[in-house]
Amino acid sequence: MEKRVTFSRWTIGILFAVPQLLLIFTFFYWPAGQAVYWSLTLQQPWGGGNIWVGLDNFRSILSSADYWNSITASLVFAAISTGLAMFIALVLAALTDRQLAGSRFYRVVLIWPYGIAAPALALAFRFILAPEAGFLAVVNRMWPGIWDPGLDGADAMASIIAAFSWKYVGYNFIFFLAAFQAIPRSLIEAAAMDGSGVLRRFWDIQFPLITPTIFFLLVINITESFQDSFGIVDIMTSGGPANATNLMVYKIYSDGFKGLDYSGAAAQSIILMLLIVVLTIFQFRFIERRVHYR
Amino acid sequence: MASITIRDAKKSYAKLQVVHGVDLDIASGEFVVILGPSGCGKSTLLRMIAGLEEISGGEIAIDGTVVNRLEPRERGCAMVFQNYALYPHMSVAQNIGYSLKVAGVPSAERTQRIQAVARTLELEHLLDRKPMALSGGQRQRVAMGRAMIREPKVFLFDEPLSNLDAKLRVQMRSEIRKLHRRLNATSVFVTHDQVEAMTLADRLVVMNGGRVEQVGTPAEIYSRPASRFVATFVGAPAMNILEGTVELDGLSLLGGSRRLAMARAGLPVGTKVAMGIRPEAVRLVAPGTAGALNATVDLVEELGAGRVIYVDLDGAPFSVMTSEAVHPEPGSAVGLKILPEDMHFFSSETGSRLDVFKASVPEPAL
Repeated sequence: MEKRVTFSRWTIGILFAVPQLLLIFTFFYWPAGQAVYWSLTLQQPWGGGNIWVGLDNFRSILSSADYWNSITASLVFAAISTGLAMFIALVLAALTDRQLAGSRFYRVVLIWPYGIAAPALALAFRFILAPEAGFLAVVNRMWPGIWDPGLDGADAMASIIAAFSWKYVGYNFIFFLAAFQAIPRSLIEAAAMDGSGVLRRFWDIQFPLITPTIFFLLVINITESFQDSFGIVDIMTSGGPANATNLMVYKIYSDGFKGLDYSGAAAQSIILMLLIVVLTIFQFRFIERRVHYR
Repeated sequence: MASITIRDAKKSYAKLQVVHGVDLDIASGEFVVILGPSGCGKSTLLRMIAGLEEISGGEIAIDGTVVNRLEPRERGCAMVFQNYALYPHMSVAQNIGYSLKVAGVPSAERTQRIQAVARTLELEHLLDRKPMALSGGQRQRVAMGRAMIREPKVFLFDEPLSNLDAKLRVQMRSEIRKLHRRLNATSVFVTHDQVEAMTLADRLVVMNGGRVEQVGTPAEIYSRPASRFVATFVGAPAMNILEGTVELDGLSLLGGSRRLAMARAGLPVGTKVAMGIRPEAVRLVAPGTAGALNATVDLVEELGAGRVIYVDLDGAPFSVMTSEAVHPEPGSAVGLKILPEDMHFFSSETGSRLDVFKASVPEPAL
């Protein structure tokens, strides 16, 4: 029987919840409400009041080709970086779980990238991927001009995907490893006795049993790829070249604080929020059905 | 069906050796039970046969083929695990049929064989359920079915009944026995429960500390335990052991405070021995009877069909099991009569059985 604390009067319960509610209200609902309000007005960049314009901000954004380009770039970025970060982490965790030589070392080392601030790791990747002097400069030596994130949009996109995935591989790895280790050893042994080889066991036994973790990481990775990508984009590409990496979260910043279009940026924030909400609902609705909870 | 030959099998983890050179021959179709306390290496030995543990030294052969380097799937063994190890995301039918699916057996034949096994184990109505929705006994049956369907050469059981309640355990025990009689497949069953071991085994292997203490039929092990360990481990309540010294015309027990008169036999005078006597072999007599040991009753445990009487013998614990209708009060005095032919003698130093005594004692000299 679960142990529950009960209060004789409901007011005591409310009092306990008040500090938490205050925090959530101050730092989440209030700013979000403000953003909604701003998105419906035209804010003057130098202060001095605002004008109610209804849905005009949304109309102008949604009719802008630049904005649709930004949405596409964000979706491409989210899909590839999530896929890459999850796949690499899954492979690493599966190998570590088999206790190959050095697995204890990986377990510690692989979480570190997640602890590095996005701008710091972006700076590191900027050097690593620099076309004239980085590690990848070698390919330019062999085929001059083939790699240049400063000029080629696809190269720039690949760069930020590499940096973001690198960071999230560590995060995903820890969850995958924990999920693998939660599978009773005897299940794997039983499958081995049943004649199943390593790959077959992975596919038939381990993979289905870690689907709850896969689902959780999918939701987190997609959400984070929309939000946590800002620092990486800012340092590595500043949204360029030619808006190729101008992800939604970066465009909000550049339109708002560089272009001083506060109201347009607020409207973009609302759209980004709605997009994430819709994607998350979609995942719960259609992907969670395939998850085997134990 | 297959025989299993184990030659000097050893297992060590880094510096720790857990199995010290086991030799064992298991005949085709035999039901062998490996019995021992936890940590004695019995499960490790079973897993070495299965191929789940690497063999550090020695050789294990199934049907004449040395299997040391073979993968579990190449050995033709099926195993029932202690916690059943059912695949939680598969239905009962999928669990049972998994090995056939892996082996690429066509779906129609698979279904037919699953049905056949389910009929044998009375699981037909549960085939669509997930393991979560089964009771302990049903899960146990599914685990059995998963092993049976492959028609393996060897069945391995790793304490499969220890998670069941007492009643179900007795029931599953007889089912396993019946199943073995019908399939007649070589079976190795590991347990720490001596009742399970005695009732199931054609032959019993008693292990302790990574070594085999004795191999024999349950009756042999009970009546002629090869060591003090086997003597006290098999039988409930456990065999009484009294330390003593051989004298010219008897046995001095408990540091000389008690004597048992008997004709002198085989062992040299002064040999330190551990005398063992089964609680059910001791007879209660009136206190002061000639040739009997006097003791004080500590506690009486009623078992219905009989009772276990715990007595105090100069501070040494001693138990008597009797089916007679005697009900001595705690604190009262009783006499314990021990016949020489019921005594077991073990070396005080090595714990191994000393047989000379028994063979040469004709009648007690009272």
